[in-house]
Amino acid sequence: MKPRDLSDLALRNLREAILRNSLTTLGIAVGVASLVAMLSLGVGLQQLASKRLSQSGLFDSVFVTPRVNLRGMGRAAMPPSSDQAPRLLDESARQEISRLPNVVEVYPQVRFFTEVRFDGKPFATMVAGMPASSKASGSFDGMQGSFFSGDAAYETILQSEFAKELNAQTSTLIGKDLVLRYAERQSIPPNPMDSKATSASNSESLPGGFSVVPKEMRLRIVGVVDTEPASGFGGYGNGRLLIPLQVAMTLRAAQVNDLRDIVRGTSSAPTFASLTVRAKGPAYVEALEASVKNMGFGAFSLLDASKSLATFFRVLDMLLGIFSSLALFVATLGIVNTLVMAILERRREIGVLKALGASDRDVKQLFFFEAGVMGLFGGIFGLFLGWLIGRALNFGTNFYLHRRDLPSVDISSVPWWLVLFSIGFAVLVSLVAGLYPASRAARLNPVEALRYE
Amino acid sequence: MPPSTMPNGQPAIRLDHISRHYTMGEAVIRAVDDVSLDLPSGEFLALLGSSGSGKSTLLNLIAGLDRPTSGAVIAHGQDLSTVSSLELARYRRQTVGMVFQSFNLLPRMTLEENVELPLRLAEVDRSDRAARVHEALERVGLGKRITHRPGELSGGEQQRAAIARALVNRPKILLADEPTGNLDSATGESILMLLKEIQKNPGMTIVMVTHERPLAERFADRLAVMGDGKLLSNGAAR
Repeated sequence: MKPRDLSDLALRNLREAILRNSLTTLGIAVGVASLVAMLSLGVGLQQLASKRLSQSGLFDSVFVTPRVNLRGMGRAAMPPSSDQAPRLLDESARQEISRLPNVVEVYPQVRFFTEVRFDGKPFATMVAGMPASSKASGSFDGMQGSFFSGDAAYETILQSEFAKELNAQTSTLIGKDLVLRYAERQSIPPNPMDSKATSASNSESLPGGFSVVPKEMRLRIVGVVDTEPASGFGGYGNGRLLIPLQVAMTLRAAQVNDLRDIVRGTSSAPTFASLTVRAKGPAYVEALEASVKNMGFGAFSLLDASKSLATFFRVLDMLLGIFSSLALFVATLGIVNTLVMAILERRREIGVLKALGASDRDVKQLFFFEAGVMGLFGGIFGLFLGWLIGRALNFGTNFYLHRRDLPSVDISSVPWWLVLFSIGFAVLVSLVAGLYPASRAARLNPVEALRYE
Repeated sequence: MPPSTMPNGQPAIRLDHISRHYTMGEAVIRAVDDVSLDLPSGEFLALLGSSGSGKSTLLNLIAGLDRPTSGAVIAHGQDLSTVSSLELARYRRQTVGMVFQSFNLLPRMTLEENVELPLRLAEVDRSDRAARVHEALERVGLGKRITHRPGELSGGEQQRAAIARALVNRPKILLADEPTGNLDSATGESILMLLKEIQKNPGMTIVMVTHERPLAERFADRLAVMGDGKLLSNGAAR
């Protein structure tokens, strides 16, 4: 039989038992829907997580510290294989790192203690300099007010917990000014008298130190943020008062590592407590981390964490897939049942077809085609249904988030591969389900079939 | 019309010592038991016999719906006992047309669609189908009822439609299994007149199974009587 005649007859047969075939198709659709809903949820959550994580900069960043620093922090000593001398993490090192391949930016972590004066009252907190790129990190999504108007703007964004100390109604703070009191570091040349005094016992000359001078600065509050965009890393406290990084660097505020540096007598030039190196993507992080270590610095990244995260999502997808496949399996039994029933019901018709010259193959293809069509329609309808379930879950989640003043998210996603996969899978499963009934129909003895009433 | 053999001298149908046995548990049922018969092309044979005499089984063997346990069924030079099932299906499509006691029209299809079915199976071009369907239905006097469904027709009309379906692929052999069994005598007679008319097609061989001897004697060229699976007699009708 020609394909067109085959499809004509098959569609006709499907129409003739419309109720039963629709219910079978619905069974497949429900199976596919649960598969699509579960997988779209898995994909959506994975996308959400990786988007958030990549925005956070944690997974495309390498954190660089001077090696002495690490040792000083009570870490295990460097392995003896790294025979390179510890290097200072200063401006020249920063320039060198930024010239490494696949580096987007290198910025220091500037953190210092401050006393804020607001409404005539003092508040102690930690200041953190934020690079302009942090705006895109997602940490500032859903903030009150706005991000810094420029790299060098004398503006500040407050972490909401600190903001609440200033005023419980945090939104009223925006647009107001506060005064930042900080300790500015002023270099002083080496004292010749000191050198002389120690030269007898110690041939090394001491470098110059610095004096600390209190300074004040007026900043305008432009925003309040709930998240912690400058969470503490490597022992540096969480930044509660955020200012543009460029402003923070020009302040030359005394930082926590300054005292340690001066006691160690490393240099009179300012050094960085740590640098954050952002790579073009998480794929470049491993190589970058190795090259930074080769340069004689301590470096670490969260790549391992992101790797296990990927594994987690793969396992999650698999589990969701397995559970929803059970639904599809039940639907498959439905197809087998429907087609086997159809054979019983259409026994005589099969006999007539054979008497008129239909070959076993014609009969088999007819049943096979019917199974395939049910699978196709079930797949398409199930895909739509699954997408709808995903949307509903999304709507529910966002409704919940909205009521808690949290930014909305997309937890369900139906990518193209899932569209093709689910329809293809439904058709395939239906064809497999049609195998047995189709071959049974084909094997039917026409003489017996014609005798059947 | 005098009976004739095929151009190469072979009969249209040759049954050569054919048997068809069924096993039911321990018992072996000899539905057809060592039957030999030659049927020249263009002849109208009536197979007579009581219920269970094996006449329908014999017809099914000639129709290619069943295979003999032993012996050979040779139809138009083709040994049906040895060909593949695909070849057998082609034989049913192209060489034979079949009519049943209970008509066996598909109830949800119109007459046109029912008659078109063999053309679909034979992969006849769509453009040719309508004309052939109409021609076949005209021939049995149902040209004006092509859009009706079988349920809307009388028994006689349904059997005529079934005959149109059997003829639409222009077969060389027409097989009828009790074609008048479900019809009153007047309608049955009209059906047999139609079969007699069809026999006038050059080379059309007809085998009809019936238990109505008077009708068979009036219309068939030859009568074969079966009993207990064996051929009891075989001779000219009049």
